[in-house]
Amino acid sequence: MAIVNIAGKDVDVDEEGYLTNLADWNEDVAAYLAQEEKVEMTESHWEVVNFLREYYNEYQIAPAIRVLTKAIAKKLGPDKGNNKYLYELFPYGPAKQACKIAGLPKPTGCI
Amino acid sequence: MAAPEFEIPKFKEHLEVPKIQEGSMAHIKSFISPQPTQEFLGYPWELGEDWKERALFKMGDLLGKYRSLRVFMDACVHCGACTDKCHYYLGSADPKNMPVARQELMRKVYRRYFTLPGKIAPWLVGAEDLTKETLADWYSYYHQCSECRRCSVYCPYGIDTAEVTMAGREILNYVGMGQKYSNEILGKVQKIGNNLGLPGPALEDTLAGLEEDIEADTGVPVKMPLDVQGAEILLVTPSADFFSEPHVESLIGYAKVFHAAGVSWTLSSHASEAGNFGLFNGNYETMRKVAMRIRDAALELGVKRIIVGECGHAWRVAYSFWNTLTGLGFDGKDPFSIELQQQLDHRYPQPMHICEYTWDLIQNNAIKLDPSANDDKVITYHDSCNVARGSRMGDEAGGQFTIPRNIIKAVANNFHDMAAETIGEGTFCCGGGGGLLTDDLIEVRVKGAYPRMNALNNVVQEEKVNFMATICAICKAQFTKVLPYYGFDRSMVGGVHQLVSAAIKLD
Repeated sequence: MAIVNIAGKDVDVDEEGYLTNLADWNEDVAAYLAQEEKVEMTESHWEVVNFLREYYNEYQIAPAIRVLTKAIAKKLGPDKGNNKYLYELFPYGPAKQACKIAGLPKPTGCI
Repeated sequence: MAAPEFEIPKFKEHLEVPKIQEGSMAHIKSFISPQPTQEFLGYPWELGEDWKERALFKMGDLLGKYRSLRVFMDACVHCGACTDKCHYYLGSADPKNMPVARQELMRKVYRRYFTLPGKIAPWLVGAEDLTKETLADWYSYYHQCSECRRCSVYCPYGIDTAEVTMAGREILNYVGMGQKYSNEILGKVQKIGNNLGLPGPALEDTLAGLEEDIEADTGVPVKMPLDVQGAEILLVTPSADFFSEPHVESLIGYAKVFHAAGVSWTLSSHASEAGNFGLFNGNYETMRKVAMRIRDAALELGVKRIIVGECGHAWRVAYSFWNTLTGLGFDGKDPFSIELQQQLDHRYPQPMHICEYTWDLIQNNAIKLDPSANDDKVITYHDSCNVARGSRMGDEAGGQFTIPRNIIKAVANNFHDMAAETIGEGTFCCGGGGGLLTDDLIEVRVKGAYPRMNALNNVVQEEKVNFMATICAICKAQFTKVLPYYGFDRSMVGGVHQLVSAAIKLD
């Protein structure tokens, strides 16, 4: 556990940099986490991050990759609704890197 | 997280045994499991003052409980047959990753406290006191073993290093040094029903989405039933099959196979996980609790058959341990064991692997296939360690090797095996098994994948292979992550039922 100061606010993160408290998240925090990940946030990144948060609020888990790609396809067209597009946005893996920036817990298991 | 920097081994035509680099992996330390996670599993979360007594007590307990462990401690003659067999040694060159040396970390303590010569003349027999440094070494190197058991194939005494690793991890847990990755998962599977922590409503939503996808793709309303009372078959599969690519492609494949066979089947939200990390951290009771969920679900749903999806260690647990964990071998008088045995249809093997099921259908011409649907692929097959060395399939020896390959050859036209010494019984681990599939061990995973990647590269160069099929969720996730480190596309890996899914013809 560590405490980092982001835009004047103390925020708890775990040893991998994931937020400990979901409620600590805001756009400044997301921007900070993205910077740590060397991800430059564009509108496309925000689309994914916002969808992850919406889904998490409803289901208490990040969406499955298929659910995510389908949602993106609906919004941005079929050429972007695939795993490859997500990896372009989040090179370390959409499930983990995008979740981290969205302030969600790290997905676990054989993934 | 930004990837750490380390050197990636270079491809060779023939795998070479590296020159030792002492201590090259000593810096590896997987994240320690935090207090709430440890508490839930009944372990401490930090070393107490009595850590040494606790460690030796647990070691004595395990030596008494598992005769095998005592034999493995006593029997090794340091012949060296295992030294060049471990993928972690071949990829990292750290001599403590030679199986004999990794075990010696425990054996030297065993000699000191549990053998007469070690008690009276430790310096004569290589016996050493248990210190905090020893524990740190255990923690590091028992998380650089994937319990894949390749070394044990070549050991003239049949010493099973995996059991030593499991004992090491159990002792570490008992003194308060649990591993975050595995133990968090063991909490989630018991509280929520799967390793991912995917709650029932999310599972339902995900499955409904997949049904839509399949129908949009094929025009056929293939179902993904959940919690259907009275279904013929209960399918238990790794929760990664619901969540990840390429895993989900195999889940779609299973659903299509069941649809084509016209059988009623169901998934269970209570037992929405085939995997059982209790095997990895070496605690039999935890393994039993996790396995019980599947028995409970089978009883509750009244199914006649239990089929296990593409998960390597789950199949080992199901095939080799379910009987004594939760079945008649657990307690012949247990009313639930008896009820389940009466409920199941014994004309079929119980449990059955999804590959056995599909292969039966193929042999009986009960499903229609168009292998040309996979003509864009030149396929090889990676035997997953727990299937290869910890279980079997079908009713002939070696069925766990032939059945998945037979399926591939029935659903595709281009197949080439990798070099003989790297497959079958001698298969190399993917590098991420046994509880190591975590980002904090990425260096271990990448280096440990080297022997497999090298064998793959040879068939890529010689046979133009562009797809590696496997039947394990860990293997799939591990390769998706490490293939790019070796210059390959991550989508080169996928499931056997992913290939079935492409080739099967639905009405």
